Amino acid sequence: MSANTEIDNVWKLPSHRKVGMVTLILAESALFTIFVVAYLFYMGKSLNPPFPREVLEFPLLGSIALFSSSATIFLAEKALHKGNRAGFLFWWGFTLVLGVYFLYFTGTEWVKLIYVDGLTIATNTFGTTFYSLVGLHAFHVVVGVMLLLGIFIAGIRNRLKASHTEHVEAISYYWHFVDCIWIVVLSVVYIISVRV
Amino acid sequence: MFPVVFYWLGKISGALNRCIVSAFLAGLGMCSAQAAESGDVHLVADIFRPLSRPAEMLLEPTQLVLLVTLGIFLVVVGVLVFVLIQFRPRGPEDHLTEPPQIYGSNNIEMAWTVIPCLVVFVLVLVSARSIVEIQDAPVPENAIHIRLVGHQWWWEIHYPELGITTANEIHIPVSTRNGVQTPTHIQLESADVIHSFWVPQMAGKTDLVPNRINKTWMEPFQVGTFLGNCAEYCGTQHANMLLRVIVHEPKEFQKWVESQKRPTAEPEGALAIQGKKDFFDLSCINCHTVDGTLAKGVFGPDLTKFATRQTLGAGVAPRTPADIRAWLANPDSLKPGCYMPDMKLTPQQLDGLVAYLETLK
Amino acid sequence: MENDILIEDDYRLPDPVRLGDEPGSFTRIIQKIVFTVDHKILGLMYIGSALFFFVIAGLLASLMRIQLMYPNNTFLGPNAFNTSFTMHGTTMVFLVGMPMAFGFANYLVPLMIGARDMAFPRLNAFGFWVFFFGGCLLFFSYLGAPGLYAAGSAPDVGWFAYSPLTARAFSRGHSTDYWTLSLLLGGVGSVATALNVLVTVICCRCKGMTLGRLPIFVWSMLVLSFLVILALPCLSACQIMITLDRYLGAKFFDTQAGGSAVLWQHFFWIFGHPEVYILIMPAFAITSEVIPVFSRKPIFGYPIMVAALVSISFISLGVWAHHMFCVGMTSLENAFFVTSTLLVSIPTGIKIFNWIATMYGGRLRFELPLIFAVGFLFQFLIAGLTGVMLAVAPFDWQLSDSYFVVAHFHYVLIGGLLFTIFSGIYYWYPKAFGRMPNFKLGLWHFVFFTIGFHMTFLPQHFLGFLGMPRRIYTYQADRGWDEWNFVSTIGVLFQAVGILFFVYNLIYSYIRGESAGEDPWDAWTLEWATTSPPPDYNFAEMPVVKSRRPLWDAKHPDDPDWKYE
Ligand code: HEA
Ligand code: HEA
Ligand code: HEC
Ligand code: CUA
Ligand SMILES: [Cu+2]
Repeated sequence: MSANTEIDNVWKLPSHRKVGMVTLILAESALFTIFVVAYLFYMGKSLNPPFPREVLEFPLLGSIALFSSSATIFLAEKALHKGNRAGFLFWWGFTLVLGVYFLYFTGTEWVKLIYVDGLTIATNTFGTTFYSLVGLHAFHVVVGVMLLLGIFIAGIRNRLKASHTEHVEAISYYWHFVDCIWIVVLSVVYIISVRV
Repeated sequence: MFPVVFYWLGKISGALNRCIVSAFLAGLGMCSAQAAESGDVHLVADIFRPLSRPAEMLLEPTQLVLLVTLGIFLVVVGVLVFVLIQFRPRGPEDHLTEPPQIYGSNNIEMAWTVIPCLVVFVLVLVSARSIVEIQDAPVPENAIHIRLVGHQWWWEIHYPELGITTANEIHIPVSTRNGVQTPTHIQLESADVIHSFWVPQMAGKTDLVPNRINKTWMEPFQVGTFLGNCAEYCGTQHANMLLRVIVHEPKEFQKWVESQKRPTAEPEGALAIQGKKDFFDLSCINCHTVDGTLAKGVFGPDLTKFATRQTLGAGVAPRTPADIRAWLANPDSLKPGCYMPDMKLTPQQLDGLVAYLETLK
Repeated sequence: MENDILIEDDYRLPDPVRLGDEPGSFTRIIQKIVFTVDHKILGLMYIGSALFFFVIAGLLASLMRIQLMYPNNTFLGPNAFNTSFTMHGTTMVFLVGMPMAFGFANYLVPLMIGARDMAFPRLNAFGFWVFFFGGCLLFFSYLGAPGLYAAGSAPDVGWFAYSPLTARAFSRGHSTDYWTLSLLLGGVGSVATALNVLVTVICCRCKGMTLGRLPIFVWSMLVLSFLVILALPCLSACQIMITLDRYLGAKFFDTQAGGSAVLWQHFFWIFGHPEVYILIMPAFAITSEVIPVFSRKPIFGYPIMVAALVSISFISLGVWAHHMFCVGMTSLENAFFVTSTLLVSIPTGIKIFNWIATMYGGRLRFELPLIFAVGFLFQFLIAGLTGVMLAVAPFDWQLSDSYFVVAHFHYVLIGGLLFTIFSGIYYWYPKAFGRMPNFKLGLWHFVFFTIGFHMTFLPQHFLGFLGMPRRIYTYQADRGWDEWNFVSTIGVLFQAVGILFFVYNLIYSYIRGESAGEDPWDAWTLEWATTSPPPDYNFAEMPVVKSRRPLWDAKHPDDPDWKYE
């Protein structure tokens, strides 16, 4: 093939924000993998109670909130691409609320675990791996919520501009990732380990 | 099918070893020949002179891999040197033209992918075979069993079947290769951090990991004293966590066992009696055990038969009265940072304790 | 939303003249260093601080060697020795090896792919400063808070900090925390920089620079960044875990509470083994540029070289437990890791053969870069072959944690990595400073350093055969180790003289060196198409590329490369 025709074609490279976010997600996945493996490794090996099957309840509402937030952020993005500012703000805000609700839900769960069941990070290896894995995920939700909030405020104050769509997209990638991690955490912690 | 392949590859590599490697190894052996060996204490722990299985079994894959890598080394360096000489600059006008531009050749690439693959294949099979042979060796019924517990920075040794507890020096019988075989199987544990059992002429390393039980074994075919070290960094005095294995003729070993089980005689002489009193009045008994007495501490080595040992403090010093005295006066002077405290003893107390400890046999 | 724009993209720096003095003054220089987001300056800063840390860690090594010169020596006590090897290993790996790689990547990747800067210039500066302060924090442990129990609390747990030695019970005071937290910081910086390199390569290539035309240097850096992205977070995870253990009483590695010490080893080496390939990547990168240019031939088997790089990095993710053959794994696990480890030698061998094939039929020019690259080939071969010996588990049961391992990895890290770093520095020195490095001084550097290096580390193989474990601060006289240890220590003297020649050469050539011009080596990659040193914006006119060797095409319009690719 002659090289010239190729150069004459439009030279198009992927957006660096998106590639950057994908790379970051890759790194974060490695981080999570270690914590998940630690959880699986210590599953059923705690020397003293409480054990998962005694204290864990399936976090139905929290999960519903988090999973639906993936849909709402998708809708927000769509609205943005159509130039529908109100729609964007609505769905984006909705996502934010769902994220905050998830955190609230986790908070109440932890309060129960600590004060009612007496499970802390120092109680046994279950406590250690549970709080670190779920906590790491919750920490990512906190970061995600802050990013969402930043865009939301910018949107409300009417400071979003066209070049920000890439930011918005990158953040939504991140949010979907946090969601996917929750699928893993949910199945490992709340489905598998309560049966061991 | 697989075991058969292992077996034959092993045979072939064994034959190869005997023919070719011995010359090469003789060269390597020279680096160890320098240190003379005193009596039957094998101070130089040369891995190429194993005097026990499994150390000897390790030698076969070792020699194979040495041979293979030596071959690869010679070929590649040969080619490299040839290229450097052949295509060296030859005069100033050399730079005026460029050599023919060659971008690659798939056939050649193929060749130097396939050959290493074959080498790797052989190495994998040979190692797999000897891994299985050594690691999964069956435990014969008459084997001696030892429980070895690593401490920062000394070794606790139990013979569960013989009811013996000692420290830092493992006594085992020699195992004849044709007659009765009495291998020693060791169960490895740790009381604190990770240590590693390594007596090169007896066996390769195996770690002592807390909260986990590992196993290793030895089957020596020569009597003598063999030196080893803790081989996993375990803190301040990792360097002075030495271990010796003392291999006896079976009869001698029986004698040793009996000497260890014999009740210790009461000390005689005023000094030793005073020493014994001090030993129990001072806090020594919090950390040390002397069987048949109130001393039941387990933080430090068992001292029941202390006077039958060759060394002191996991091999930092020979067990002479002067060294014991120095040790008691200030353990840090011999082994800085070790966990036996300076008991601030007076010279009289020291004399008494040394005399008493000398009676523990 | 086009009309919603209220804020301008205004990322300009504060006007320097307003803040400081006239150009060239000290304040201006400091200001430039602190505020810069220019990939070239950051790259040089990375390399400069890596050299600085190298000298410090080298001095620590010299102290250790002095202590081991004689049996029963009392030059360093056990604590000083243990902190020395920990700080030496940690510094060399995290504050010399990695930043060196990032320095080269930063300086060269944008130039080689014809970009004006990295994809995220400010993230780049962030990465550097985080790394640098992480390093300072690590060394602050010598001065800083003595903790409750120890005076001066440099970490003393070894560079892989095996648990439970790092648990509160066995490591009081704050020494372990210095290790953990400074490397956690460094890890964040490394991931940031690796992300940046990766995105730059993918998104900022100039016209025509397809992935199939990237210089192998850039490919190596791409693979390196990929490995950093995958491996470094594992280390961070480990460090988060021990910090939780130490401060919140978590039980990850608490063996009293059912925790597992072996788990740490798995987690650490899942990071640690890819890490050593991260360290060797710059060596592959630099050699693949230097050898073709000084043989006057294109790299032999470009696609295979790239494939080998990629497969090395993939295999390296699955070999970690070859550091753990003695830990009591089952025979099946042991056999698996023997196999995967040995597989790495196939693509690595392919690389070596291709480099030699590149030289074959060429017109070698023995300039400094090639001399060091040939040293690399020779020494890396030895190192790789000792690696193969270690990979054979039965052999490793004898040699693991012995001085043989120390010899193996210094042959890779010095004989392999450091030699190519020197090669690379001599190769790109004219580009960065516009002056040629002095050949004579460089040759002295090579002679002394090579002699010293082999003198120090060759005997350590024999020490391993004679049963000398690593990390011992002293040994007894009659074990047969005295002579080799003595020779080994004397070697360091030669190395130090070599390093002094090197440092002197850098300074001397900066002041006195011949002017280099744009392209002193008659090379083929894009960085040689701009002035030396390159301007802030790198290229006055954005280059357009048609082949792997754009400058060859320019110099030989009659016989361009793109006809053959
Ligand atoms: C730059 C760093 C680097 C590199 C590239 C390597 C490369 C290799 N290393 Fe090394 N290694 C280290 C750095 C490195 N290592 C460090 C730092 C440690 C110690 C960590 C510590 O404990 O502190 C270590 C420890 C270490 C161990 C553990 C030892 C122990 O503690 O018990 C092992 C065991 O398998 C090993 C193996 C290998 C192998 C097989 C390779 C291979 O990649 C080598 C491949 C190259 C070749 C084989 C040569 C060229 C090939 C040919 C000419 C083709 C033909 C050859 C054959 C078919 C065999 N290394
Ligand atoms: C890139 C990596 C790298 C490099 C370059 C080096 C370089 C050197 N290393 Fe290092 N080393 C490691 C990585 C590296 N090392 C690692 C990872 C470990 C394991 C740590 C652990 O166990 O936890 C280790 C461990 C290690 C040990 C084993 C310690 C032990 O187990 O007890 C020894 C012992 O000899 C040693 C020696 C040396 C020497 C002599 C050099 C020399 O090449 C240094 C040369 C440099 C200089 C000498 C300084 C510059 C000179 C001057 C400024 C001139 C003035 C100086 C003088 C006059 C002396 N190193
Ligand atoms: C706090 C606990 C402690 C106390 C108290 C203590 N020791 Fe020890 N002792 C140790 C430890 C630990 C070691 C092993 C040190 C090492 O080798 O690292 C040891 C080692 C020894 C040894 C060498 C044993 C051998 O087999 O090598 C002797 C002898 C000894 N102690 C005698 C005494 C005497 C006598 C006293 C009392 C005056 C005493 N110890 C008090 C902890 C203690
Ligand atoms: Cu015990 Cu090292
Ligand atoms: Cu490795």
